[in-house]
Amino acid sequence: MDFRLVLIAIAIVGLIGLACAVILALASYFMSVKVDEKYTKIRACLPGANCGACGYTGCDGYAKALADGTVSKTNLCVPGADTTSRALSDILGVAFEDVEEKVAYVHCNGTCEAAPKKAEYDGIGTCRSAALTFGGPNSCVYGCLGFGDCADACPENAICMNDGIARIDIRKCIGCGICTRTCPKHIISLIPVTAKTVIQCSSQAKGAQAMKECKNSCIGCKKCELNCESGAIKVVNNLAAIDYSKCNHCGKCVEVCPRKCLKLADFAKSYGAQHAL
Amino acid sequence: MKELLIILMSSVLVDNYVLSKTLGICPFLGVSKKIDQAVGMGIAVIFVMIMATAATWPVQVYLLDPNGLGYLQTIVFILVIAALVQFIEIVLKKFIPGLHKALGVYLPLITTNCAVLGVTIDNFGNHSVGGEIITGLNFGQSLVYAAGSGLGFLLAMVLFSGVRSRIDGPTTPKVFRGLPVTLIAASVVSLAFLGFGGIIDNLFK
Repeated sequence: MDFRLVLIAIAIVGLIGLACAVILALASYFMSVKVDEKYTKIRACLPGANCGACGYTGCDGYAKALADGTVSKTNLCVPGADTTSRALSDILGVAFEDVEEKVAYVHCNGTCEAAPKKAEYDGIGTCRSAALTFGGPNSCVYGCLGFGDCADACPENAICMNDGIARIDIRKCIGCGICTRTCPKHIISLIPVTAKTVIQCSSQAKGAQAMKECKNSCIGCKKCELNCESGAIKVVNNLAAIDYSKCNHCGKCVEVCPRKCLKLADFAKSYGAQHAL
Repeated sequence: MKELLIILMSSVLVDNYVLSKTLGICPFLGVSKKIDQAVGMGIAVIFVMIMATAATWPVQVYLLDPNGLGYLQTIVFILVIAALVQFIEIVLKKFIPGLHKALGVYLPLITTNCAVLGVTIDNFGNHSVGGEIITGLNFGQSLVYAAGSGLGFLLAMVLFSGVRSRIDGPTTPKVFRGLPVTLIAASVVSLAFLGFGGIIDNLFK
């Protein structure tokens, strides 16, 4: 056995390996691309839910915009709330801004008992699919379909289907707004946590029709609008809409509503129990 | 010139790496879901195949063969290709960030791609050129062969991503959805390429 052959083989493969290693080491030293330190720090503060509530493509996009200085608002991250905003303000050295905490709310109360079905739907079991079939099986075409597309989309499992309609667990909701974009009927919206009054209907049908279609529908009678002290409620397209920037939480509208589709709520209490306000 | 054309055409159509030699099946099945991803992967493979050939051909001819170390071909080629791909990635990141972003995750994926290793080893294998059998291509022929193989890979990827967009629909029976129907479709596309068998000899008569 000739050991020289073995030695030559080892030497050549070793040399090639060494040469490759040296070239790679030199290349990574001389041609390294600097990553902005600020970016790494900012990205670490963000929750990483990639929900898009800030208006950027995920947390990476928001962190990049903050690091580049294209945006200086630190309060855009709704899921991260005040903690994230405060941390971001510290890194960037800008004034702390309070995040307006928001929660998702389903504007529908068309329970199985209140809103009768107009047809039997036997197709693919998603809201999107059902909505394409004559607006869904419910008599009211504006209401919740109850197949739970929003529940599937929710990253926090905060939504469950109860009595034919979606219900959101305020304690789990992070206000990312993914459900508002998923719902084919667009009946979920983000409302401020401080809101005390909510409208539980999305029906734009005229009074008589709305009354026929659902027991809990808004018929657009304008009683709430006339009784509102601060002018926060306006009836648009046969549906009451609340302007939360004007609402003074007096609760008069809830008292006068003949259909009981306006409701008093206290999100801040249950929300604050779980999230640091 | 005619020789090079024959090598190019036969490596694209007849000896297609994916569909005839069944090498590089992993990216072929993995990244052929969308046509833009398939094109990105295909271009990255062309790029790396040519670079790898340019790097490994001199290693084989000037380092391994004179020392009687032909049996170390596989391990040395793996080493060289892996280092080369890493090096290309560093260079691209520094000087051509646009291309680096476009190739994205596909570039490091190719590091251990068997199709790339297959091309560099096949450069020293037997090739039928114009009725003659050549053992071992020269440097220029090797580069053309690598480019042709890469183009063949791109062609297979693009064709198959088109096929996949049709078979992933709701008309496919539930038991076949996903991988089973993809593999069956791949075999059918491969059969179609069998038809190119005698085309080169008659094309360049």
